[in-house]
Amino acid sequence: MNLTKADPKGVLTGHHFMDGDHAACEGALAAGCRFVAGYPITPSTEVVERFAQRIPLIGGVFIQMEDEIASSIAILGAAWAGRKVMTVTSGPGLSLMMEHVGLAAITETPCVFVDVQRGGPSTGLPTLPAQADMMQARWGSHGDYEPIALSPNSPQECFDLMIKAFNLAELYRVPVFFMMDEVVGHMTERVVIPEASAIEIVERRWTRKPPGEYRPYAAGDDLVPEMVKAGDGYRIHITGLTHDERGYPAMNAAAQKRMMERLVGKIRNNREKLIDVRGAHLDDAEVVVVSFGITSRVSGPAIEEARKQGFKVGHLRLVITWPFPVSVIQQLASRVKAFVVPELNMGQMVLEVERAAAGKARVISVPHAGGTVHEPQEILDRILEFAR
Amino acid sequence: MSNASRDTETCAMEDAGAVAPAPGLEMQNPIMPYLRQERIPHIWCPGCGIGTTVNCFIRGLEESGLDLNKVAIVSGIGCTGRVAGYMNLDSFHTTHGRPIPFATGLKLANPELKVVVYSGDGDLFAIGGNHFFHAARRNMDIMVVCVNNHTYGMTGGQVAPTTPLGATVSTMPFGNFEDSFNLPFVADACGAVYVARWTVYHVKQLARAMKEGLAKKGFVFIEALAPCPTLYSRRNKLGDGVDQLKYFKEKSVIRHGANTKDVGLSFQGEIVVGKFVDRERPTWLDAMNEHFAAHFGDQYQPYGVHHG
Repeated sequence: MNLTKADPKGVLTGHHFMDGDHAACEGALAAGCRFVAGYPITPSTEVVERFAQRIPLIGGVFIQMEDEIASSIAILGAAWAGRKVMTVTSGPGLSLMMEHVGLAAITETPCVFVDVQRGGPSTGLPTLPAQADMMQARWGSHGDYEPIALSPNSPQECFDLMIKAFNLAELYRVPVFFMMDEVVGHMTERVVIPEASAIEIVERRWTRKPPGEYRPYAAGDDLVPEMVKAGDGYRIHITGLTHDERGYPAMNAAAQKRMMERLVGKIRNNREKLIDVRGAHLDDAEVVVVSFGITSRVSGPAIEEARKQGFKVGHLRLVITWPFPVSVIQQLASRVKAFVVPELNMGQMVLEVERAAAGKARVISVPHAGGTVHEPQEILDRILEFAR
Repeated sequence: MSNASRDTETCAMEDAGAVAPAPGLEMQNPIMPYLRQERIPHIWCPGCGIGTTVNCFIRGLEESGLDLNKVAIVSGIGCTGRVAGYMNLDSFHTTHGRPIPFATGLKLANPELKVVVYSGDGDLFAIGGNHFFHAARRNMDIMVVCVNNHTYGMTGGQVAPTTPLGATVSTMPFGNFEDSFNLPFVADACGAVYVARWTVYHVKQLARAMKEGLAKKGFVFIEALAPCPTLYSRRNKLGDGVDQLKYFKEKSVIRHGANTKDVGLSFQGEIVVGKFVDRERPTWLDAMNEHFAAHFGDQYQPYGVHHG
């Protein structure tokens, strides 16, 4: 891993009072993002508005494209010219971007897709929250691939985790989803941005091989190939077709098998390394609330109230939601009675909890159609039902 | 037979030029170093015009004096979409209709690159139409080569936005009743700074247009009319590739500077060819730099000028 420190030009060191959308933009700038293509969509637009404001004097480009389809591929072009890149959208836009999530996956282009989730389907609730794109982030583009997704629950995390999102994109060469929601995007809180020298950045995996020796999709044991950029004399060919190590189209079952095993393997082999969960009161817990994003903020008071009433209730917050931390749920499932899964959708991540718990513990969905967040009481009621 | 069924790497074609030269007289075709020779034979049908356009592109590239390590080519999907994969340049075979926004990202992220989009009429003007309009409007500094064969070749010859009225294609089995785009007019109206049309009969002129296009700063559009003998010609009983070349030869009229309004195509009708537009407009990047320099003064470091 090629680690370096953040470029101070992009780091707005200091104590700020800002919303999640703005903090996400600052996180991207600190992470070294110097190219953003986007298209206006509520409730995400503030991210690109801030980028447009900030980038001229930092050195980079913002371009508002004609639609989300164009935005999502302009960033891939910019990545192949050597930049760290991001696009930002909300549900309807994310739907349009799906073809380039697939192109990013098959061409192994490092990039970050920010989704400030709102109620759906279709135009749904433009100004109100949901967490209903979680399965779209996992499965939205056709074919098999393994994306990474992170779920921040505060403006501070919009900053901190955005840096992590960019670093993971470089480390694994996959599209990384940054799954915010309208509440996290628009809530204003204290955000502390450290000195640039305190921010670790993962550089692109540039090859040291000369042209002629370098093969764009030849990978070592970690299954992640080294990269070059256009203009460096390597004369690369990059295609969305199934390809061999040279990057040349190879349309047969054997080439497909080799490519797919590596594409999914580079994430599946690193599932344990990619676990990022935050636990509270898990040691003695009999009931565990599994939450992510804004719902974790609402679950907290419900859990504290349950414990005050004498029930052994713990909290497991998923920070990296994809790949799903199966082993964490498996371990807990063998010693807890039940998982309670509140989420701002009609039941998406609960399916993963059920899959991982595999019948060893009860799994209780606490769905919410979106438009606002749960009342803590709704979560508390479900906890008490199974903690008693 | 559709091209889709031929779309494999195992398709073998005879080398048309396989006549053994006299000893000591072995010559390499001058275009060969520009191609990924290990990827030849290509997938195109006998009589297809795409290869001829590639030859013209290479001649233009050769005369352009450009550093080939700084030239990138981007294609969409379709028969012409395969051009990128045969060129010995940094080459990108993207998604259907989207080579222009990919090229936009590539160019803006590294302005040192000369970026060429090479794709077909269906890719650029049906599914990709919106991107074409806006890149031309912005005067994005890219050259777009559109090989127009009036149909979707890769998928078996369906109606395209360029299929002339009355032509028969698989999804207009009783003849096309939709009006088609006049591509130079579209490019002109959207703001392209260079617009030319040639056919694959006009190889010298097309090669010269490629050279001029590569030298031109801003959004360049070159339409190259090419036969699709396997699908379009056969279905319309127009003969083979040579017959379409004869049509191009006999019905083409060179009219440089023609009003692009007047260069629309009809089924086997007159073809106005030539250089229609050659003008100056600031590119997107130049406009951005100029605007920010005026707004921010000395604080602003022009983007892409000292790009490293």
